[in-house]
Amino acid sequence: MDPTILAAAAINGLLMGGIYTLVASGLTLIYGVLHIINFAHGSMLMLAMFGVYFLLTKLSIDPYLALFVMVPAMYGLGYLLYRHMIGRLSLGRDENILLITLGLSILIENLALLFFKGDSRTVSLPYSDKMIELGPLLLGVPKVISFVAAMVLCAMLGLFINRTDTGKAIRAVAKERMGARLVGIDVDRIFAVSFGIGLATLGAAACLLMPIFYVSPSSGHVFVIVAFTVVVLGGMGSFLGAVIGGLIVGLTESFGGLFLGESLGQIGISLIFILILLFKPSGLFGDKR
Amino acid sequence: MNALRSSWWLHLLLLAIALVFPVVFSSPFMVNFGVLALFYAFIGQSWNIAGGFAGQLSFGHVAFFGVGAYASTMVQMRLGWNPWLGLPVSALAGAAAGWLIAVLSFRAGLKGSYFALITLAFAEVFRIISNSVEITGGGLGMLIPMKQSMANFQFGDRRIFYFIILALTAASVLLALWLKASRFGARLAAIRENEDSARALGIDIFVEKTKIMMISGAIAGVGGCFFAQYFLYIDPTIAFGVDKSVEMLLVSMIGGAGTVYGPLIGAVLLAAISEVTRAWFTIQGLSLVLYGALLVVIIAFLPNGLIDLFKRRGQRPGRS
Repeated sequence: MDPTILAAAAINGLLMGGIYTLVASGLTLIYGVLHIINFAHGSMLMLAMFGVYFLLTKLSIDPYLALFVMVPAMYGLGYLLYRHMIGRLSLGRDENILLITLGLSILIENLALLFFKGDSRTVSLPYSDKMIELGPLLLGVPKVISFVAAMVLCAMLGLFINRTDTGKAIRAVAKERMGARLVGIDVDRIFAVSFGIGLATLGAAACLLMPIFYVSPSSGHVFVIVAFTVVVLGGMGSFLGAVIGGLIVGLTESFGGLFLGESLGQIGISLIFILILLFKPSGLFGDKR
Repeated sequence: MNALRSSWWLHLLLLAIALVFPVVFSSPFMVNFGVLALFYAFIGQSWNIAGGFAGQLSFGHVAFFGVGAYASTMVQMRLGWNPWLGLPVSALAGAAAGWLIAVLSFRAGLKGSYFALITLAFAEVFRIISNSVEITGGGLGMLIPMKQSMANFQFGDRRIFYFIILALTAASVLLALWLKASRFGARLAAIRENEDSARALGIDIFVEKTKIMMISGAIAGVGGCFFAQYFLYIDPTIAFGVDKSVEMLLVSMIGGAGTVYGPLIGAVLLAAISEVTRAWFTIQGLSLVLYGALLVVIIAFLPNGLIDLFKRRGQRPGRS
């Protein structure tokens, strides 16, 4: 096969993988700290993408500028959602939380269907069709911007978790709840903050996705499996894992499409997911729990 | 609970109501409503005996439904078998899929949320395969040609479908009743409550869980065969879409997972909500909005499902 095509597939896969990383880092943070599997992650992302879409079409705010609106908005939504709903109900078995988030995703998805109808929407921006020439390759400008922004945001999230006091508190709670409480950390607030940050990454991801992807009420489905695959592959709760996992999943998707065709090519992600769960459930970088 | 289980007259009453229903309400709309309610009860019961009785929560139960639907349709369309043979074929195919998923997942020690997620991924793999290969008709699916006759599993009078699905559902209820009373059911309950303790009691949890997944898979498979014959069409999204997995789970969880009648209550409610919202509001998505909200409320306030509302009156002192 022509090396140019392979290179193009690899680069496109990596570019997409960067955004998957961002989506998955929120999921992995929520899991690492709260031990909650947030099944509503995909539908929250869809909701955020509609937010970006309407900010552009109604208020003509550029998706990349919408970052400054969507990130705080999703953070607030996550914080409140945890404080008033998930936190109260999360005392039971972990399956119950999974079911609550499933109920939430059904609710959000169908409310979106109710209000926004079923069709997919895309946006067109002045820079939508701009290309960068890289040797023989042509790269879409929005894809490159989104990738770079996703990587910067992931690095910022990593710095936040590793360097700030709140980040330290989050890590403390993730490691040892009781101990964190004993040294005076407000554990419930940290839970809400973590859930908020988890959704804030979706707000960011939505802004980066909208220029290169479509949104419809069922968009969440697409990302749910992808995000879980990235997280499981990298290791639940591991940030480094989310980055590597995201890139691998992006590459898998891109090469799967290239070698197996449009339809069968989608199988790669689900297969990785199954194989990792069956043979190495702790993932590449996860703790052995 | 005991009162409900041992009261044979209640079973007779329910059966009598179910038998009389299509005679009293013979309009196509009502018969269709009855068929759908019973169909949901049937596949909901399939989810329930694995998810409710044995605690093996699955998010991809549609995998078994779809395998049954495709297996029965393919032996009819590709091999020219009589469609009635599709029923045992779909049961075998569903059980085989249940065996495959169970052996792989349980050998790897997956449980709880991880098991739920892997079943979802299996359903997705099946969907992609059925969408991509020639023999299943690919993305176009398979259209079963219309030829009404008793021998051909197609009836001019839709009420015959009603009685078939009623018989299937009644059989699934009998199975659930037997599970409640049998030692096998007790072992499953022990596994659901605490796997480690169950193992300490000498229960072979791998074998028991695999068995129940095969039984559950067989039931869902038969549901797939019925569905294909009723609508005379299947495609990858219908057969393996997330929606049906969610409906099976919802029917069971909302009615009461792990109870014999929970799926019946949930199914009647689901069919009623979806038909009413479709007929009166013609708004896409409204019924599932209600159902999603109901799921959250139920898990929060009635973790044992709507059936608790009926039980509590008889059993005043709070649940232990």
